[in-house]
Amino acid sequence: MRAHEIYPNGGPRIGVYVCHCGFNIAGKVNVREVVEFAKTLPFVVVAREYKFMCSDPGQEMIREDVREHRLDRVVVAACSPSLHEATFRRALEQAGQNPFFFQMVNIREHVSWVTEDPREATEKAKALVAAAVRRVIFHEPLQRRRVPVKDRVLVVGGGIAGIHAALTLADAGKHVYLVEREPTIGGHMAMFDKTFPTLDCAACILTPKMSQVAAHPNITLWTYSEVIQVEGFVGNFRVRVRRKPRYVIEELCVGCLQCIDACVYKDARFPDEFNLGLGKRKPIYIPFPQATPRVVLIDPETCIWFKTGKCKQTCLEACERAAIDFKQQERIEEIEVGAIILATGFKTFDARRIPEYGYGKYPNVYTALEVERLVNASGPTGGEVRLRDGRIPKRVGIIHCVGSRDERFNRYCSRVCCMYSLKLAHLIKERTGAEVYNFYIDMRTPGKGYEEFYDRLLQEGVHFIRGRVAEVTDWAITPDEEGKLIIRVEDTLVGAVRRIPVDMVVLAVGLEPQPDADEVRRMFNISCSKEGFFLERHPKLAPVSTFTDGIFLAGACQGPKDIPDSVAQAGAAAAEALALIDKGFVELEPNTAYIVEALCSGCKTCIGLCPYNAISFDEARMIAVINEALCKGCGTCVAACPSGAARQHLFEDAQIFQEIEGVLAYV
Amino acid sequence: MSERPVAGDKGFEPRIVAFFCNWCTYTAADLAGTARMAYAPNVRIIRLMCSGRLDPQFVLAAFRHGADGVLIGGCHPGDCHYQEGNYKALRRYLLLKRLLREMGIEEERLRLVWISASEGDRVQKVANEFTETIRRLGPLRLAPRPGMIRLPAAAQPEPQPAAREGVLP
Repeated sequence: MRAHEIYPNGGPRIGVYVCHCGFNIAGKVNVREVVEFAKTLPFVVVAREYKFMCSDPGQEMIREDVREHRLDRVVVAACSPSLHEATFRRALEQAGQNPFFFQMVNIREHVSWVTEDPREATEKAKALVAAAVRRVIFHEPLQRRRVPVKDRVLVVGGGIAGIHAALTLADAGKHVYLVEREPTIGGHMAMFDKTFPTLDCAACILTPKMSQVAAHPNITLWTYSEVIQVEGFVGNFRVRVRRKPRYVIEELCVGCLQCIDACVYKDARFPDEFNLGLGKRKPIYIPFPQATPRVVLIDPETCIWFKTGKCKQTCLEACERAAIDFKQQERIEEIEVGAIILATGFKTFDARRIPEYGYGKYPNVYTALEVERLVNASGPTGGEVRLRDGRIPKRVGIIHCVGSRDERFNRYCSRVCCMYSLKLAHLIKERTGAEVYNFYIDMRTPGKGYEEFYDRLLQEGVHFIRGRVAEVTDWAITPDEEGKLIIRVEDTLVGAVRRIPVDMVVLAVGLEPQPDADEVRRMFNISCSKEGFFLERHPKLAPVSTFTDGIFLAGACQGPKDIPDSVAQAGAAAAEALALIDKGFVELEPNTAYIVEALCSGCKTCIGLCPYNAISFDEARMIAVINEALCKGCGTCVAACPSGAARQHLFEDAQIFQEIEGVLAYV
Repeated sequence: MSERPVAGDKGFEPRIVAFFCNWCTYTAADLAGTARMAYAPNVRIIRLMCSGRLDPQFVLAAFRHGADGVLIGGCHPGDCHYQEGNYKALRRYLLLKRLLREMGIEEERLRLVWISASEGDRVQKVANEFTETIRRLGPLRLAPRPGMIRLPAAAQPEPQPAAREGVLP
């Protein structure tokens, strides 16, 4: 049967537009040929090509054709729908047509960029265009669902990124829940003394922001807490947060610290986590003086009361506000939020994984983070760079790229190590007058004022030796080397192997994803990139979004990042979250499932399959009923329905069958 | 139906239909593109929201309409964007394998793979491997069918969905 016999009124009127994408597509696919081919397909009224379909003139071309040729279906063969499907749907809408009479053909990511032979690429593009033309005939007019959005935001992680995002949103008048796993916010930045390249003190920048968070009426701060469950969808997430017991009532504690003085342990004797074990603390402690909230906590692992049940509980007596509660239990809080920002940060590379550098074997081999604590005025040594035996080092070697740019561990560059190594070199030289050697592969100092800082260090007389260090050893072969650590390295600029004796070795460890990043991403239903950092929706167009709508990323959980970049990204994530929740509603893709009542036999197969309990059984009519508000459009029920009663908008069987036939046959 | 022209004289070129889920495998295929990881042009990707949407009939239809192989791609177990659609796909895949065997179609012509959004290189590897597998198996030789469009509504009256919200008149 010919088309005009079936459709006396002419049938659907399809426009096909093939994009060159500069040379991205046209360099491989013979666009002209695809257009000429499209013209031969049934119901195609116009077929055109253009350099950049997504540009304004490109969109205008479509809008004009829709009006002029009364097009009621449009196919654009260009890039991935994840990039520009929304763009072209909008163009259709602007031209007065329903935006869902549209199908996108991915001939860039799936054809021109992955096919070597131009002939093959052109044929593949034609097949995909044929499939889309056949599919779009079966499209139906649809309307996006509008769902109200909760006006609150959850920020996970209280490092500089989480703090900045929370404050930005709170200042915009939105209520923010800031959840931090550790007893205090501040993250890694709170551990630093100075920040590169300006050498302004980290605490001076950070602690005012921390206290702002604590004082802000729009921020609910939950430290020592973890998100344990996330349900729902964009605009309407239900989140459960576990608040671990700190055995101190947060609302009552004023941070006078008298309990710490009163503890039966007269001396601090347990390794202090915040100082990476370089300092000591008591069982009842505050992580650091500027900790926010300024609330002490008791570590049940070391507290005598928890270990033996016998203790004079002198802390209890010392507390005038009766804030100590040995019976405190964990609490589960339930909140509803419209958007979530993940700012869970990073961990540093475990230097023990490179045994030849001697970390954990030689006491004078330190990680950079430990040295951050040593140079910190409020650190365990009060800012004096002293070795574990109390000596002040005279010669210090800083080894770059520890765990980064290394095929054995992480191939990527951790981005911050060159700059923090320069900063530490400067600080160590300033505090001790030591000779400082930097062992680097390449110096990477892109950023505002960064290269200038490198220059400054060169002027200051810090030594730079280009070469990856082979090993750190205490095996002296000359009297000079006795009692020292010897760094063996091939100096690739001199072309010789050198032995540099030093008193202290600093390992510039790289940045890695948090050890539980994988569990976290599963909980939030987002993806990770290969290295394990959270995956952004698009590296350029949606760098803080994820594939799950309403969940955004900020800071080093998305990839290694320095403070300026983390703050910038946090601001961007806050803006995205604000744009989402401030509108008051969100429009969802109308790809929900529905039941054709006349076909439903009431077998209930679909009901058990739905992961969202969106399907119920109408006992009176003996049919399944889908709650559109709960349906997320996976289509599992549709595929299972034996009678074809369950269907899915935008992914109708008829549409997919046409697509299958289309890719296999041209007409 | 026009036969797909083959570049040069390369003999049998398999036709492969791939059903990829929107969140993991389709995105991985996009990533393979962005990273310019060339692979066999024989693989034609059809996007579904979830591998759980894969109706076994899609696979059978693909074979019936001339596919020599069918690839199904979903998120890794535990990673499904819709919680467990990929497990449903796995069930159907195992069932389909048995069905294909009964019908005398080699099981290897159907393959299910889990590919996450960051595994662009795996899309390349799987596409190339699978194309080679099918090339080795040779054409399926089911009778080719004319690829006529079965038209909607006017041509094939079917029960209309009940009036529902969100659909324009």
